Amino acid sequence: MLKTDSLFKTLCLAAAALTALLTLGFFVQLILSSMPVWRESGLHFLISCEWDPAEQKFGALPSIAGTLITTFIAVILAVPLAFAAALFITDARPAIGTVLGHAIDLLAAIPSVIYGMFGLFVLAPVMQDHVQPFLIGTLKLNHVPLLGRLLGSETSGFGLLTAGLILSIMILPYICAIMRDVFIMTPPVLKESAFGIGCTRWETAKDIIVPFGIRSILGGIFLGIGRALGETMAVLFVIGNVMKFPENLFSGATTIAGTIANNFAEADGMQKSALFALGLILLFMSFCIQVISQSYLKMTSSGRGEKK
Amino acid sequence: MKQKKLFFRKFKDRLIRLFSAGAVLLATGAMIWILFTVFQKGRDCLNLSFFLHPSKPFGMADGGIANALIGTVLITLGAAVIAVPPALLAGIYLSEYKDHQKFASFLRFCANVMMGMPSILVGLFVYMLLVVPSGNFSGFAGSVALAIIMFPVIMRTTEDMLSMVPYALRESALALGMTRTRTTLRIVCVSAKQGLLTGILLSLSRVSGETAPLLFTAMFADTWPTAYFTEPTANMPVLITEYATNSPFESMHTAGWGAAMAVTILVLAINLVTRILFREKKHVR
Amino acid sequence: MFANPKRRIKIETRNLNFFYGTHQALFDNRLAVEENSIMAVIGPSGCGKSTHLRIYNRIFELYRDQRAEGEVLLDGKNILDKDVDVLELRRKVGMIFQKPTPFPMSVFDNVAYPLRLHFKISKKETAERVEQALKGASLWDEVKDKLKSSGLALSGGQQQRLCIARAIAAEPEVLLMDEPTSAIDPVATLKIEELMVELKRKFTIVIVTHNMQQAARISDSTAFFYKGSIIESGDTDQIFTNPRNPKTEEYITGRFG
Repeated sequence: MLKTDSLFKTLCLAAAALTALLTLGFFVQLILSSMPVWRESGLHFLISCEWDPAEQKFGALPSIAGTLITTFIAVILAVPLAFAAALFITDARPAIGTVLGHAIDLLAAIPSVIYGMFGLFVLAPVMQDHVQPFLIGTLKLNHVPLLGRLLGSETSGFGLLTAGLILSIMILPYICAIMRDVFIMTPPVLKESAFGIGCTRWETAKDIIVPFGIRSILGGIFLGIGRALGETMAVLFVIGNVMKFPENLFSGATTIAGTIANNFAEADGMQKSALFALGLILLFMSFCIQVISQSYLKMTSSGRGEKK
Repeated sequence: MKQKKLFFRKFKDRLIRLFSAGAVLLATGAMIWILFTVFQKGRDCLNLSFFLHPSKPFGMADGGIANALIGTVLITLGAAVIAVPPALLAGIYLSEYKDHQKFASFLRFCANVMMGMPSILVGLFVYMLLVVPSGNFSGFAGSVALAIIMFPVIMRTTEDMLSMVPYALRESALALGMTRTRTTLRIVCVSAKQGLLTGILLSLSRVSGETAPLLFTAMFADTWPTAYFTEPTANMPVLITEYATNSPFESMHTAGWGAAMAVTILVLAINLVTRILFREKKHVR
Repeated sequence: MFANPKRRIKIETRNLNFFYGTHQALFDNRLAVEENSIMAVIGPSGCGKSTHLRIYNRIFELYRDQRAEGEVLLDGKNILDKDVDVLELRRKVGMIFQKPTPFPMSVFDNVAYPLRLHFKISKKETAERVEQALKGASLWDEVKDKLKSSGLALSGGQQQRLCIARAIAAEPEVLLMDEPTSAIDPVATLKIEELMVELKRKFTIVIVTHNMQQAARISDSTAFFYKGSIIESGDTDQIFTNPRNPKTEEYITGRFG
C-alpha cells in the first residue's frame, strides 16, 4: 500500500519537475542553436543594424529596437486606460461593473491572429486614411520640432505606432484585471478613512489605494510588458516588417518575434542561427520581466494583511 | 491657513471620472468593434460548402476550411491528451505534498515563467525538438507545442483548485484508513473536479487560437489531415495568417475572415462555458 | 431635554431614520450633543450605534444602498441637505475607526496629508502643524525621531493615536470615534482615554463604545441604543446611577449585550 503511495508521489514530482526541465530546455536549446552567430560576430550582433542573408550579415538591433518601442507605446497607452477603467468598474454598481469587467476580459480571450487581421484590414487603413493625414496634414505635427522627428511623415498605415496601438488593446485586459483586484482588495476601512478626512474618489485612489497596492500594480504592469514583448501575430500583420532601424513612429519596422515568424521558414545556416539568437534575446528579456513581475506579485500576496 | 478651492478638487475628480468612463467605453468599444468586424466580414462565408470543403491553393475557387477545422480540433485535442495528465499530476504535487517548500516555489516560479513565455519561442523549441530530428513538420509537433503552453496553466489552476478543498476532508479520508494516493484521487480531486475542468477548458481556449507556435511545427497544407504524425497538418490559425498576409486575392481575404469568425466563435464558446462552470462553482461555495 | 443650559448644542439629530436598502436600521433618532463634551453611544451589538455615528460625516454615502432621512444639525445647519459639501463636512467632522488605519506613507505624511489636501500651506507651516497635531495626540515624543518611517511600522496604540493626530490636523470641530480602543491593549487604551478627555477642550467628541467602564469614565453624556432606537440619553452620571428606562438598567448592569 505504501509502495503505491511513494510511487504516486514520485510520479507527481516527475511531472512537476517537467516545468523546471522545460524552462531550462528553452535556454539550452536557444543557446546551442544560436552558437554559430555568437561565434561569428559575438556581441557585435546585438548592435549591428544589418540584415543581409545574401552577404551572410546579421544584426539584432532593428528587431530589438522595434520590440522595445512597440512595447513601450503599448504600455504607455494601456496603463492609464487600464487604471481608469478599473477605477470605473470598481466604482460602478455591482451589476454594471460585473458586465463591464467581463466585457473587458473578453478582449483577452480574442486570439492574437484576430487582432492581427483586424489591424491589417481595419486599423492600418484607418491610420493611413484618417489618423496619419489628420496628424500630418491637418495638425501639421510633422513640422513641430522634436515631435515631428518622432512621428515622421510616412502615411502607409503600417509601422510602430499601429503595432503599439494593437498591442495596447491586447494587454489592457491583463493589466486592468490586476488593478481591479487591487482596488477590490484594499481594506474598506482604509478607503473609508481616506474619504473620512475629506478625500475625493480620485484623491483616495491616487494617494491611498495606489501606494497600498503598488506592488501588485507594478506586477500587473510587468505582466503586460511581458505579453507585449513576446506577441507575434498581432504585430507581424501591421508593423510592415522592415529590417531597418526605425526612423520614427510612422515608419515600418520589425520586432524580434516578427522577424522570427517572417524569416524562419526560408532561413538556413547562419540566418537560422541568427534567428535563434534573436529568440534567445527575447527569452532573456521575457525572463527578466517575469522575474520582476513575479517578485512584485509574490510579495503582495504573502505580504498583504499581515503587514507590521 | 488658506483653504484650497473645493471647486478645483471636485473638478479634477469629475474630469478623472469622465476619463474613466471614456477608458471603459474605449476598451469595450474596441472589443465590440473587433467582434463586429469579424462577424460582419465573415458572414459572407456562412454557407455549408465553406465548412465542408477543404482549402484550395491560392487562386482556385470554391476553397473551404473543412480540413483546417478538423486539423485544429485534432491538434488541440492532441495537445490536451499530451498536457492534461502530467499537468494534473504536477498540480497535485504542488498542492498535496508540502515537504519541499523551497523546491515547490521554485517550480511555481518556473511555471510562471513558462506561462509568460513568448509563444513563438515555443514554436522554435518544438521545431528543434521534433521537426528537425524527424525530418518533417507534423500536426503532432503542433500538438506538442500547444501542450507546452497548456501545461503550466493547468498545473497552476489545479494547484489553486485543490488547495481550496478543506483540509478536514483529507484528514477524515485518511482517518478512515484510505491511502494517501486514494485520498488524493478519489476524494480531493473528485471534490474539486469542476475546478479542474475549468482549468483545462481555460487552457484550451487559450491555445485553440494560438498561431505562432504552429508556424514551424504543424505548418499548413491544403490536404485533409490524414497524416497527423508525419505531415504538415492544416489548421485554422495558420490558414488565416496565410490567407490574410500572403495572398493578393480578395476571395482569399474573405475566406480568411470566414475562418477568423469560426475561430473566434470556437474560442469564445469555450471561454463562455468556462465562465459559466466557474460561476456555478462560486455559487456553490 | 437634558441639555445643560450653559453649553451650546453642537450636533442635534431630529427624526433620523436610516435604511440599508429596504431594511430600516434606525428609527426616529433624536439626540443632542453639547459642544466640547464627550458623548458616549452604548448598546448591544447591531443596535445601530455605528450606523448612527456614520451619518454625522455622511460616510455611509459610499455605499449605494444606504440612505438617511431626517435632520442632523451641525451648528444648526442640516448636513443631510444637498447643498452641504461633503468634502468640507468631512474636514469639519473627523472620524477614528475601530482598527487603526494609517495610510501607506510615512508618519509625517500621514498627518500632513489632510493638511495638504485641504489647505494651501507652506512647508514650514505644515511641519509646525504636524508637530502640533502629533503633540495634541500625545504621540510626538514617541515618534519625533522616526517621522520618516512608515506609519505602518508603529505599534497598534501608536497607530491609533497617529490616526487621531491625522484627524485633528485639519482643524475639525467634531471627532467621531467608532470603538477606537477595541483593537488595542489595555495600557494603550488608557492613554487614548486620557487623550480624549484632553481633546474635548478643543473638540466635540462622539464615541461609540462597547466598554461600559470606558463610557462611565470619560463621557459627559450617554445615549443608549437598542434595536435602532435611542431608548435613553442624558448625563452619564444619571444614566449609570439612575437610569429611567428598565432596558437601560438591564444593559448597563450586564444582563444582556
